[in-house]
Amino acid sequence: MKARIWGARGSLPVSLTHRQIRAKIIAALEGARGRALDDSDRIAHYVDHELGFEISGTFGGHSSCVEVEVWDPATTSEHVILDMGSGVRPLGGAKLARYGAGKPQTYHVFMSHLHWDHIMGFPFFTPAYIPGNRIVIHGCHEQLETAFRRQQEPISFPVSFDQLGATIEFRHMTPGQPIEINGLTVTAKLQLHAGDSYGYRLEHGGKSMVYSTDSEHKLDNAAERAAFVEFFRAADLVIFDAMYSLADSISVKADWGHSSNVVGVELCQLAKARRLCLFHHEPIYDDAQIARVLAESRRYAEITGEAPLEIVSAYDGMEIAL
Amino acid sequence: MELTPQTAGNSIVLSPTGRIDHSHADAFKRALDPYLRDCSADGARLVLDFSGVGYISSIGLRALMIALKQVKPQGGRMVLAALTPMVLEVFKISRFDMLFEIFATREEALAALGAQGGPA
Repeated sequence: MKARIWGARGSLPVSLTHRQIRAKIIAALEGARGRALDDSDRIAHYVDHELGFEISGTFGGHSSCVEVEVWDPATTSEHVILDMGSGVRPLGGAKLARYGAGKPQTYHVFMSHLHWDHIMGFPFFTPAYIPGNRIVIHGCHEQLETAFRRQQEPISFPVSFDQLGATIEFRHMTPGQPIEINGLTVTAKLQLHAGDSYGYRLEHGGKSMVYSTDSEHKLDNAAERAAFVEFFRAADLVIFDAMYSLADSISVKADWGHSSNVVGVELCQLAKARRLCLFHHEPIYDDAQIARVLAESRRYAEITGEAPLEIVSAYDGMEIAL
Repeated sequence: MELTPQTAGNSIVLSPTGRIDHSHADAFKRALDPYLRDCSADGARLVLDFSGVGYISSIGLRALMIALKQVKPQGGRMVLAALTPMVLEVFKISRFDMLFEIFATREEALAALGAQGGPA
């Protein structure tokens, strides 16, 4: 399995401003002084290995969307998508570029919940407009279909849901009851979020990953902590809502439905998960701030003295091989 | 958890020890609770001397935040002192350093409380 991040940002898509790009260019040029970057290889090495990612790249902009590559992309026509935030627009474009409009594809979608930032990309998901494609949208919310139809009502969008050419199906899941798709097992878990959200554990070929976003953790609830540890147990990857600092998440932003890097580290270490991916970045954070949170998370994982944990921070375009 | 209270002027110094994590946070909170009631505008100020605390996890930090939420409306003052470098790092990583008054030493904490609220 491989996870590919198409939308790492929480709540609202963001883009770099010209001031931020200018600051990155100036920082890169300042750092290049005295380095004799007089050929392309040296320049590429400097950019890729010596500049920090917060300068050479960006964590990005699109709202929640993760692709899980389960089957061999050279032979399969089936794809797995977690949430349809704005990141699903470039995902759809990439699939059309690879497979062409004339070769029908099937997309298995799993929805954490139905808030706007997690469904907003669907009207721009080009495969939905192409007859022959099949989109199977799984979720635990009763209003699953309503949410998708409603955002394409005339007051919000010029193309109605019924005009979409693809075959679109909605499948209701029950938390704790796994479903299987061509050897892929998917299990949902209820999470604390306004209107409820659901995490998903995906298992295939001896590998496992958990997608757990928009999920608040009440620290005094030992039973829930144990349940999440079990859900994360020995996962090769946990994609985790680390939107706020711990202080914010349990004080001024308590009950806002999100978690922190600190709790992500603790749960993953208790579960002996292999890798934690910080996800659903706070939209007011710039790249430097997200890089700082990543560095602090890695340090916290050392301080706890618990099991070793690899930590990365999601960015649009990131690929994580399990 | 034994907090070995020591009176110093208008303040009480409490000295928790060990790890304040999922296993010990409840004991820490239970030990701290009796002192919170009296930490008011007219009562004793609290200094938590953390020099003996080797690690604090999220649930330990939550216990501290709940204590602070109780004390503040009473007009009380509760401060932290002598955090080990590693525990201070946890406060910074979690941004709890922005919620609490933290002093480098017990003496500095007592001086600050005395200076602002009578003899220490």
